[in-house]
Amino acid sequence: MKKINRRSFLKQGGAVLAASTLPLSLVEVAFGKNNSQNFTFAYISDSHITHIKDNQFVRNWDRGLIRAVAETNLMDPRPDFVFYGGDIAQLGKKEEIDHGLEILSGLRDKTYYVMGEHDYYLDLGEYWRKQLGPDHYSFDHKGVHFVVLNSILTFDDWMYDKWSSGKERMGQMARLDNPQGSPFMVGKAQRDWLQEDLGKVSEDTPLVVLSHSPLQKIYKGWNFWTDDAEQVQALLKPFDKVTVLYGHVHQIQTNQIGNISFHAAMATAWPWPYPATYSQQASLLPRLTVEMNRADPFFERDATGWQFINMANGDVAANYQLPDNRNRVVAYDSKLGHPVDTQYQATDKRIPPQDNY
Amino acid sequence: MHTRITRTGIRTVVTAFAISVLSTAAADEFTRGDLGRWQAEFESVVQQGEKLFHGGLGNANTMSCDQCHPNASNTHPETYPKFQQQLGKVAQQWEMINWCIMNPLESDPLAADDAKMIALQAYINFERRGVAMSPGKH
Repeated sequence: MKKINRRSFLKQGGAVLAASTLPLSLVEVAFGKNNSQNFTFAYISDSHITHIKDNQFVRNWDRGLIRAVAETNLMDPRPDFVFYGGDIAQLGKKEEIDHGLEILSGLRDKTYYVMGEHDYYLDLGEYWRKQLGPDHYSFDHKGVHFVVLNSILTFDDWMYDKWSSGKERMGQMARLDNPQGSPFMVGKAQRDWLQEDLGKVSEDTPLVVLSHSPLQKIYKGWNFWTDDAEQVQALLKPFDKVTVLYGHVHQIQTNQIGNISFHAAMATAWPWPYPATYSQQASLLPRLTVEMNRADPFFERDATGWQFINMANGDVAANYQLPDNRNRVVAYDSKLGHPVDTQYQATDKRIPPQDNY
Repeated sequence: MHTRITRTGIRTVVTAFAISVLSTAAADEFTRGDLGRWQAEFESVVQQGEKLFHGGLGNANTMSCDQCHPNASNTHPETYPKFQQQLGKVAQQWEMINWCIMNPLESDPLAADDAKMIALQAYINFERRGVAMSPGKH
């Protein structure tokens, strides 16, 4: 762990101004006209804590989150903060959110959260907001502007009129392949807020946007999709350097659309197949994506994981930490102008579980 | 009477049997009505399988097949039977379904000919219709 972090941390750094006498945890890397710093943050997502009854929870999902928290706490240098990418709960229950937050309380660092649909559709996010605060906000860190959006809203009639109870609504939205589902969206109110928020930020400030669903369109049938993605992308267009980090898809995805780089997060709970494995529908997996491995589905942490993000000069390098598979690094390549997998991007470098079943 | 059953050349059918089926179709013919009924039978089992696959198995831990396999994807039924290294033998699809039922779903396995097992396979295979058979493929 320590070695990997140190190596990738240094590799990403531009001019490393480290005095050799400093312990590594105090290394500072200076760059850029605004005197920003390189930094790292951890990114954990999609734990789907599931309450069975009484004091019983689905053991496997608990274990995935417990492991990610333990590994994050071992990071050296320390991450500046932790980001949680949504879906703490499976069915939005208080028991699930509380139990998930109890496990996450083991983290040693400040943690930011985004709303997932599994946290939202039971009570329209009421309990989540009570525990964690607003579902969209922004903050600045070492010269980077971070924006958090609730991207899993949907049409009002589906949300308010279609179902007899919040429980029924949550059950419908929890089913990924539900033909009665409804597409995710950021919505006009948040887009207006985003426009206003970004109005205060200079265009040469690196932006990182965090959402639960992809702010791009991959496969509508499983809501690997945000319906107003183009409108959100248009608001991000004036900025020199933008990265969108999202959860929801439980798999590695990589893309570049204009000035915007996209990275998806692994889940701590379970992996999802790539949409192309559903042979009855067409989907649009980004060409840049090198698929995650499915080495051994019999191992319960197979194709799950968490990631930490190295930021250098506002460029994102997503470091995927994969318990049953080789770790992966997908980093922005400034010459090519898009993210690349540092080991497996070339098709002849890929290893069998990336190509086979 | 014989002319009604000569299309396949079976001229030795016992007369009594022929008489018994005269009121419906001949033994080796089937109608659009038959096709419709058979398709409806199949589709009803696919629908049962779809329900079982989406939380209908009643397992105590509430986990369902579709949580990992939306639209039964990544079940690749066209590759069975195949060598399953974790089982140490060439296995059939129903054995893998039972692995999922016993491990992630933490429940009891189904018999190979259990109506629920057949319905699960009907749904899984229907969602993979049209894909070329690739037995043994990894």
